Amino acid sequence: MSTGIKDKVAIIGMGCTKFGERWDAGAEDLMVEAFEEAIADAGIEKNQIQAAWLSDCFEEIHIGKSALPLSLTLRLPNIPATRVENFCASGTEAFRGAVYAVASGAYDIALALGVEKLKDIGYGGLPNSGSNSGSLNWLWMPNLTAPGAFAQLATAYAAKYKYSIDDLKRVLAHVSVKSHANGALNPKAHLRAPITEDQAISSPMVAHPLGLYDCCGVSDGAAAAIVTTPEIAKKLGKKDLVTVKALQLALSNGEEVQFNEWDSTYFVSTSKASVVAYKEAGIKDPRKELSMMELHDCFSITELITYEDLGISPRGGAPKDVLDGFFDLRGGGVPAQVDGGLKCFGHPIGASGLRMLYEMYLQLHGRADQRQLKDPKLGLTHNLGGFPFMNVVSIAIVGKEGV
Amino acid sequence: MVGIVSYGGYIPKRRLNRMSVIQEMGWYIPALMMVANGERSMCNWDEDSLTMAVASSRDCISGLGKSSIDGLFFATTTPPFSDRQNAGIIAAALNLREDIMTADFTSSLKAGTAALVAGLESLKGGDKKQVLVAASDHRKTRSASFYELWFGDGSASLLLGTDNVIAEYKGSYSISLDFVDHYRGGSKDFDYTWEERWIRDEGYAKIIPQAINGLLKKYGVSIKDVATVVYPCFISREHKGIAKKIGASKEQVPDNMHEETGETGAAHPLVMLASALQTAKPGDKIIVASFGQGSDALLFEVTENITKLAPRNGIKGSLATRKEEPSYAKFMKFNELINAETGIRAEAATQTALTTLWRNRKMILGFVGGKCKKCGTVQYPKTNVCVNPKCNAFHTQEDYEFSDKEAKVMSFTGDYLAVAVEPPVIYGMVQFEGGGRTLLDFTDCDLEGMQVGQAMKLSFRKKYYDKERGFTGYFWKATLK
Repeated sequence: MSTGIKDKVAIIGMGCTKFGERWDAGAEDLMVEAFEEAIADAGIEKNQIQAAWLSDCFEEIHIGKSALPLSLTLRLPNIPATRVENFCASGTEAFRGAVYAVASGAYDIALALGVEKLKDIGYGGLPNSGSNSGSLNWLWMPNLTAPGAFAQLATAYAAKYKYSIDDLKRVLAHVSVKSHANGALNPKAHLRAPITEDQAISSPMVAHPLGLYDCCGVSDGAAAAIVTTPEIAKKLGKKDLVTVKALQLALSNGEEVQFNEWDSTYFVSTSKASVVAYKEAGIKDPRKELSMMELHDCFSITELITYEDLGISPRGGAPKDVLDGFFDLRGGGVPAQVDGGLKCFGHPIGASGLRMLYEMYLQLHGRADQRQLKDPKLGLTHNLGGFPFMNVVSIAIVGKEGV
Repeated sequence: MVGIVSYGGYIPKRRLNRMSVIQEMGWYIPALMMVANGERSMCNWDEDSLTMAVASSRDCISGLGKSSIDGLFFATTTPPFSDRQNAGIIAAALNLREDIMTADFTSSLKAGTAALVAGLESLKGGDKKQVLVAASDHRKTRSASFYELWFGDGSASLLLGTDNVIAEYKGSYSISLDFVDHYRGGSKDFDYTWEERWIRDEGYAKIIPQAINGLLKKYGVSIKDVATVVYPCFISREHKGIAKKIGASKEQVPDNMHEETGETGAAHPLVMLASALQTAKPGDKIIVASFGQGSDALLFEVTENITKLAPRNGIKGSLATRKEEPSYAKFMKFNELINAETGIRAEAATQTALTTLWRNRKMILGFVGGKCKKCGTVQYPKTNVCVNPKCNAFHTQEDYEFSDKEAKVMSFTGDYLAVAVEPPVIYGMVQFEGGGRTLLDFTDCDLEGMQVGQAMKLSFRKKYYDKERGFTGYFWKATLK
């Protein structure tokens, strides 16, 4: 009988680079930058790390295949290292590998490091894989981009809940304004300029009805976590432990895109993963119990719908919560995208899941400076990789030990 | 009785107002003004001779079943492939039986009538029940040339057979002459043409009457007994002149379609024939003749069955479904007459894995999905495991055709980031009547006015063109119903 991951693993060190258009840094530089912060934070020697997981998504444009780039870059002492990739859930996958490794007792201390160097392709947006996206996919999948794939949620959501596109855009603008306000408080964030709702609404169209300010930053960056068991953490002298409460993953099986039920206004996988994650973490009422969230706001509409999939807002009720400021930093609800989110902190894909955990970790340790929330206990991170109609969702819940 | 069983037509929705060419290029060749009346049909960027042929063929065989089609002949001077049978791609798109005979007829503007004669003659032996003939052309012309204004894009298809014949084939008369009014060298994009006055006087004015008169004489028919005579000639005045030369009245000779489409190349005789059939009455005798290194002339007599053939879109329906394209620049870009910036994003790999295409040919070219034998769920694409979560049976899927199913838009977007010939790229998810859904590119529609619930139908289109290797990838798109 499985007992879940709750409180079996503690995070003892984390690091995160400044995200952004890091023209100055290659993937190797970013890995070193995140790692140096994490190892210093953990207060251990490199040789104490017994296993490592590396995550990235578009390896073909930066580090190439295998986990060798991690082992070579950090000059790891010939320990096991594994590269994982699961679209935007990759960072959380690396974390999952490291967490499960120490929880199983196979290793005492493990490293998870995510990196993505996107700004070496010469054009905006994510890389266009063309026929390298899979030989059959190429023959029939629409000529879609990420914003176009997610924009469809907005047209379907507006139709279902009887919003005009203009009214929905007003709601989405609030989502982005909130994230920009948070990002402005974060020196490591890619985009640090606050914006107004009118700016968001009138920004150039990227994929109808999503404008520029509905889309997250395309960034370079890396983030890392060092994990161990609570027992070893305490032996190392760590106090006020941040432990893992839940780690869940759910993948589409094709029903959304092939069967006749899904209506393109929610994420099947998030809806399922959240229920299991709350159970694993022992959370009964997430709206009341969660202190903060970092959601996969690749696009404003994704964030809006995810509020509902996580059971924070009722179906169709997220726009009201958004306009009420429920997710704002000082709105008295459950602050979301506390560090600026993908929207403003940026989205180097393989690093994003770990970047979210980094903010939770800082908040739980009271180290989040201007963004610091009052006495947070539980934080949720969420990644959604792929497309609304076919995706990989990861949910992690971390919190103070004993909560 | 051997003859035509059904007809279908397709003229691309876009029509270039010829005055837009004058506006941009009239300063350069003022004489273009002489032929700038009306509009010419223009392929969308995702259309070519092959996609148009699929469209006219679907129109032609709609409601008739296709199990008796034993052959498919495709006629064009603009085949997308020089070596990969284009007719075979059309047959795959129509999901015809695989034990049929297919062939391309090409290299001359008389390829359309040649395919027609060959199809009809091949039925006489009784070996074949039905042969589908599709003629289509999408000729590239130089900017600010008379030919740019004279030519248009279009397609017609004729289903030939021995039962339920709507127009009996009475016979044909052919002339083969190496009269080179124009030619297109094997590797060239454009026609090389000789002086129009010579083409007119020594070509059209002599060869077409020679063929038609030869036909009349051979079968002992007087021109006065013929209801309709159709033949191409892009020089409108000479088109009328030919009527006089064969002794036909204005009423017997429909115009050359210059004002509506322009001349559609090897397809034009069949386009005009399909158009004539749409208003023909039982007992009408119809002559169709071509022009191109000689001429083929064919004689038909319309039967009572024509009153029983369910109405189809045909050429007249296609002509009515039009959207004026006021931008000559767009015409030039669609036809790659200008070298517009595409951005680095467009440099992505475009290779086609031929093994993958072969294994999935029914899925890709025929838009065939699956229907579960156990639970009846239909889905696209067909997979090893049924998508119905209450079933999920392994290996229970039978072929299920989606191409003729109506669909409704579930979600959509207009994407300005995606690589596009004509931004935004519109795509979305559609739900099929009777079950099944998928994501598709949309075509021939505007973002403005698009909404969830919009009724759509499917259209076979170019999906991508691999410039490096010269390979056109085809797939299905959704378009307004």
